[in-house]
Order: sequence, then structure tokens, then C-alpha cells
Amino acid sequence: MEILSLVLMSVVAAATPLLFAAIGELVTEKSGVLNLGVEGMMLVGAVVGFAVTASGGGAVLGVSAAAAAGSAMAALFALLTLNLLANQVATGLALTLFGIGLSALVGRGFIGVPLDGLPHLAIPGLSDLPLIGPLIFGQDALVYLSFVAVAAVAWFLTRTRAGLILKAVGENPAAAHRLGHSVLRVRWLAVLFGGAMAGIGGAYLSLAYTPLWAENMTAGRGWIALALVVFATWRPGRVLLGAYLFGGVTIAQLHAQSAGVALPSQFMSMLPYLATILVLVLISRDAARIRLNAPASIGKVFHPGG
Amino acid sequence: MIDGHSHEGPPPRLTLRGVVKRYPGVLANDHVDLTLEPGEIHALLGENGAGKSTLVQIVYGVVKADAGEMRWNGRPVAIDGPAAARALGIGMVFQHFSLFETLSVAENVALGLETGAADMAALSERIADVSTRYGLTLDPGATVYDLSVGERQRVEIVRCLLQDPQLLIMDEPTSVLTPQEADQLFETLRRLAREGRTILYISHKLDEIRRLCDRATILRGGKVVAACDPREETAQSLARLMIGVDVSPTRRADGGADQIGDELLRVEGLSMPAANPVSTPLKGVRLSVRRGEILGIAGVAGNGQNTLLAALSGELPAPRVDAIRFEGRPIGLLGARARRDLGINFVPEDRLGHGAVADLSLADNALLSGWRRWSLVRRGLVSFAKSKERAEHVVERFAVAAPGAHAAARSLSGGNLQKFIIGREILQNPKLLIAAHPTWGVDAGAAAAIHKALLHLAAEGAGLIIVSQDLDELFTLADRVAVICAGRLSESRPAHEVTAEEVGLMMGGLFDAAIVRGGGAPSETGDARHGG
Repeated sequence: MEILSLVLMSVVAAATPLLFAAIGELVTEKSGVLNLGVEGMMLVGAVVGFAVTASGGGAVLGVSAAAAAGSAMAALFALLTLNLLANQVATGLALTLFGIGLSALVGRGFIGVPLDGLPHLAIPGLSDLPLIGPLIFGQDALVYLSFVAVAAVAWFLTRTRAGLILKAVGENPAAAHRLGHSVLRVRWLAVLFGGAMAGIGGAYLSLAYTPLWAENMTAGRGWIALALVVFATWRPGRVLLGAYLFGGVTIAQLHAQSAGVALPSQFMSMLPYLATILVLVLISRDAARIRLNAPASIGKVFHPGG
Repeated sequence: MIDGHSHEGPPPRLTLRGVVKRYPGVLANDHVDLTLEPGEIHALLGENGAGKSTLVQIVYGVVKADAGEMRWNGRPVAIDGPAAARALGIGMVFQHFSLFETLSVAENVALGLETGAADMAALSERIADVSTRYGLTLDPGATVYDLSVGERQRVEIVRCLLQDPQLLIMDEPTSVLTPQEADQLFETLRRLAREGRTILYISHKLDEIRRLCDRATILRGGKVVAACDPREETAQSLARLMIGVDVSPTRRADGGADQIGDELLRVEGLSMPAANPVSTPLKGVRLSVRRGEILGIAGVAGNGQNTLLAALSGELPAPRVDAIRFEGRPIGLLGARARRDLGINFVPEDRLGHGAVADLSLADNALLSGWRRWSLVRRGLVSFAKSKERAEHVVERFAVAAPGAHAAARSLSGGNLQKFIIGREILQNPKLLIAAHPTWGVDAGAAAAIHKALLHLAAEGAGLIIVSQDLDELFTLADRVAVICAGRLSESRPAHEVTAEEVGLMMGGLFDAAIVRGGGAPSETGDARHGG
């Protein structure tokens, strides 16, 4: 029982950074912007969050700083692609490369610095329940925040006028512009939100998952977050499912490796990525659904003309 | 004669005086004056490029005028954006709809409203209310993606009406409608005008302007050249005002039937899945075209035209090799290039992207289509000089307004690019030409030139298949007319035996009644064995 509980806890920990990054990217993409810089924004968030926390700023300030750092990276992207009409794919790739280098530079002094992980919630009685106690009532605050974020994004997209405008801008920016909605403003906000979420996702890695700073510690999670959004056909519920599937297989293969399963470790490390993409592709094959959920204008430069 | 000041009673709804808009190299609006009265349906008439669009975009605040004065209900106003225009009470229904396909009708309407309208249930009720009042049947919960073009237009109109506009601008509203849908629209517009609303109706369809409008202002080359009562004009006189020269009608001579030869193309039992998720599968399509004959295929967009065109052009192979026979030879499995080699040329619906590569020059676009027939490639090397020569020949023969063969396809106006594409295919001397919507969005002058070229091609013995939504066009060109609806193609009938109303009914799906009444068309020898 004890072991199962620990395993499930580590699944949650492995899924959470992915969930943050993917739900942020989902909002960005719904507005019609493809930001391939998620990996870079996560890394910068991870190092900034770690640096602020380790320098005595405390976890709350650390996470906030990580969100701000992610947004700052996103702002750079938004300025280039939205105002200066640069190509989104090229700019996003550059942002990732930039983030890798920048985070390594900032993080030089923090390699090997020890840090306590984020405090876990402890409700006397409830958190001590076997299995579900720690799982449901004993997580750290960011895990709960990630669930709140998914629910909030789902609610925002389906129930609010602002969410409707966001979807409209992603679907047909020219028409939204003609109806008097500011395409640039909506996209800027969506990109900034995506950056903040990627930053928090990165901070979760360095503050809670490991917790330490290592160069390039996201190890491709930014890319899997991008893939999650597409294979989840831009639906928050499926992003949640995909993130936990990824977390689950990550932990399962780690345990399988330590239990000495006779498969090359490289193959095992590959499994989470493979399984996540495979499952999401299989459950999201319906062409009409994809057409209905995919933001039609994604990746295209919009120039309001005049 | 257009003067807002010499006016008695209520002030005009909208007065424009001396409006000027200059784009690099062209004066789009040259001191335009326009007065719109309450309760009138006012036509704005002109060819493509006459300045109609620019003018209404100025009124709607999308484009800013360089000079000129605008008065709204007698008071001077400056409209600096669509939101400001809507706040004044100006609504606009665009030619290319401003709809969001993946959202519901109610959501689409909500996006056009200024206020929060977060309560979708209440909004749906208001939509239902307006749609019953004006005879615009709509289901607020439906996804726009599933709607027909006519229904989509209703969404746009209802979206405008919910803001209670005093001026409603309609940009070429009937270009996508069946005759019945157009009649319904006219009824709605008349009702709106009776309530005192002003309608500014943009079109180049002369007949409907004569039927619908109280007054007409005619633009040519950015200037107002005339204002008249269209009910007192003939289509001929309006056309003369609009184009500046007489357009000779290109009605197909009834004697054309004499030149019709033996069978060229036969399609039988062609059923296949949709070409893409937004088109319709085909169900047992049967048709035949003979040499020198023009077969017109009418139908509301989205009823399987795309799939049929893909199957005929070879972009999608037919499921069986003998579903399509050309000169007796089964060609169902041949690809587009092999069919072009046989002499089947194709003019797709989408000019930029399908018919031509937007960023390539006209010479390169000539090369892409005609490289085999014109032998533009020798031992794997392209002869650019020869492709340039061919493109220049097309430009010259078809009077394409373009700076030369080096001009990018994107830089041409829609009508000129269409003339180029059609000319490019015709000059390859096709045995069979398949053309989709050959004059869609093309002005009257260019349309007449295109029609003439197509008729000339048929007179020289080629077979033609023309897919179009424009019934006038089909009746002008076609020897026989068939209707496609929900993936089924009706029997074809001689064009002079059917009326537009009958075709309209068939376009609306009332197929069987029309077919039964029509009986077997004489040219359809359905079970004739064809020698190969």
C-alpha cells in the first residue's frame, strides 16, 4: 500500500509540469498562434524559479518569478511574430534555442545547490487516510493549481464571451477583425498566458519534481507538451488525460528498469513519449472533430491591412 | 442631381460628398457623392474595380477616406472603425462571410454584438424571434460548418438585424444563392425597407437590381457616372452605363446543336467517397458529353461538385476504371497528368492555390499546366524562354491586364487571373475542357470575354463541362443542363426546354418531381453500348 501510494504520487509529480505547459500552449494555439518555444520558456521558468527560491525568496515568489520569466520569453515571441510579423515556426524554434542557452547561463551558480521541495498539504486526518489520503489531500499547492488551471481553461473556452472571442480569433482572424475584435490584443494575451504556464511548469520541475537545477533538465517535455495539445485535439480534458498517461508510463518504466526488465534502457525511456502519442492519436482520429476543434488560422501571420 | 441639401422632410439617412480614396497607383474613389434615403433599397452598381467595395468599406469604417464628408441623419460624422459604424446603426453583410465555421449560430451572432450577451439561452430566443419575424429560418444551436451557403447568409443578416440597423449594406448577396433563396432574401429586404431601414445593395446582376431596387448609383473607374431608377431602365442600358460600351449578349445560338458530334466522355455509375471532409460523396453519377457540346452542371455549393470535379480531372481516381470513359477508352484510374495528355483540361474553382500558384509568375504558371502539351521541357531541362512566350501569347490573346509574363499570379485581379487561366487551358487545344465556376466574382466585361472564349472552343468541336452556381451563366452557355444535389446528378435536359425555376427546384433537392416531369432527355441514350 505504501509503495503504491508513493508510485502514484510520483506519477502526479511527473505529469504536472507537462500539464501546465500544455494547457498554456493550448490557449496560445486556440488564438491561432503556434509557439514552438515551450521548451525554452520552461527552462527559463525552471532556472528563474529555482534561483529566486534558492536565494531565499521563498517558493511563492519563486513560482511567481518563473511565471513572469516565462511571460517575458513569450512577450519576446509575441513582439516578433505578432507585431513584426516574423514567421512563427522559425521564431519559436529560435526561442527554444535561446531559452536553453539563457537558462544554462543563469543557472551556472546553482548546479548542485540543494533545496527543499515544495511543502505538501497536510490536513490532519484526511491526509493520513491510506492511499487516497496523500494522493488527494497531500499534494503540493502547484498540483492543485494545475487542476484548477485545466478546469478554468475549459470553463473559459466554453462558457465565457472572452473565450468565444479567443476561439473566433483563432478560427478566422480576418472576420474577427471585421467584427471589431482586436486580434493583436487577444493573441498577445494568449501568448503571455502560455508563457506564464510554461514557466510554472518549468518551476515545478526544478522546485518540486527533482528538486534541483540541472542544465537542460526539461529533457524534451516542452516538445511533448506541444504534441499533447495537437494529439488532444485542443481539448483541455484530453490534455489532462495525455499528461497523466505520460506521467504514468514515465514512472512505470522507471520501476520496470529498476526491477531489471530485460529491455534496453533507451527503449524504456522512449516509452512514455511513444505511448502518449499513440493513445492520443488513436482516441482522436475523428476527422470532423479535429476540424471542429483545430484553430484554422494556426501559425499564419495576420496583418489587419488598412 | 445627388444633393442632400435640396431635401425636404427628414434628413437623408446617409450623405457622402466628395469622398476620395487613393491607393498606390490607383484612385479607387474619385470625389464620390451618394445620398441614401430612409426606407429605400439603393443599388450600388459597377464592375469589379469600379470602387464599390472601397466605398462601402469607407462607410463601414474598415477603410479610411483621404478626403470627403459624411453625414449620418443630417449630422457630420467620422467613422473610425466597424464598431463605430455599428454603434451608429450601420450593419454590413459581407460577400465572403465573416463567419466562424466551428462555432454555433448563436455564438457567431454573439461575437457580432457589442455587449456581453453571455446568456446564450436568451440570445437564442432573440435569434429565433428575429428569424421568424423576417422569415429567416435558423436553428441557433446548429454549427455553422453544417449550414448551407444560404443559411450562412441568414446568420449574417440576423447578426446585423439584432443590432437594429438603420442602414444595411449587402455586398453581392445573391452570388451564392439559388433563385428561390434569392427570392426569399428579396422578400426579407423589402420588409426591412418598409420598416424605414435603408438598404445599400451592391451587385453587378442587372436583372435583380431592376426587380429589387428603388434607385441606383453607378460607379465606373472610381467615379459616379450615373444615378437612375433601375425599374425604368433595361438590363442593356444599365450594362452600358456600368461598362461604358455595349456588351453584345453571348446567348448560345440554338443552331449550335448541329455541330454536336459523337460522344466524347461517358461517366456511368460513379460512386465515390467525398474528396475531403467538407465535401459530399457521389452516388451513382451518370453523364455524357459529346464533341462540340457544353454540359452545364448547376447546384448549390457543397453538394458534391468538388468530388465530381476531382473525379473528372483525375485528381482523385474513380473506384472503377470503366466508370469514366473518354473516346471510348476507360480512364477511371488515370491520374490528372495522364488525362491532360489525352486532351482533358481543367479549370478549377479556386484560382489562387489550385488554378495558379500565387507567388509564381504567369510564365511559371503556364509551364506548370502546359509543360507537356507545349513541350516546354526538353531532356529534363525547362525552356523558360518558351514558357514566357506561351504566357505572353495567352496574355495577348485573352486581353489579360497584366504587366507581362513576369507578373506574379497574385498581383492580378480575380477577373484577369481567371482570363489567364482559362486562356492557358484553351490554348492547349483541349478535346474536353472542365471548368468550375468560370466567372465567379468576375466583372461583366471579363465574364463576357470568358463566355465568348468558351463558346468559341465548343464551336471548334471540343466538349465542355461547366459547373456553376450562376444559372444565367449556365443558360447562356450550356446545350444541356443537369443539377447536382446531395451527391446525385439529375438527368441532363436541353437548356432551352427547362426554366430557371425548374432548375432552382432541383437545386433545392426537389429532384424527382422535376425529373419525372422532364422525362428522358433525347440526348441521353442511357443503355446505348459504346464502342471502344
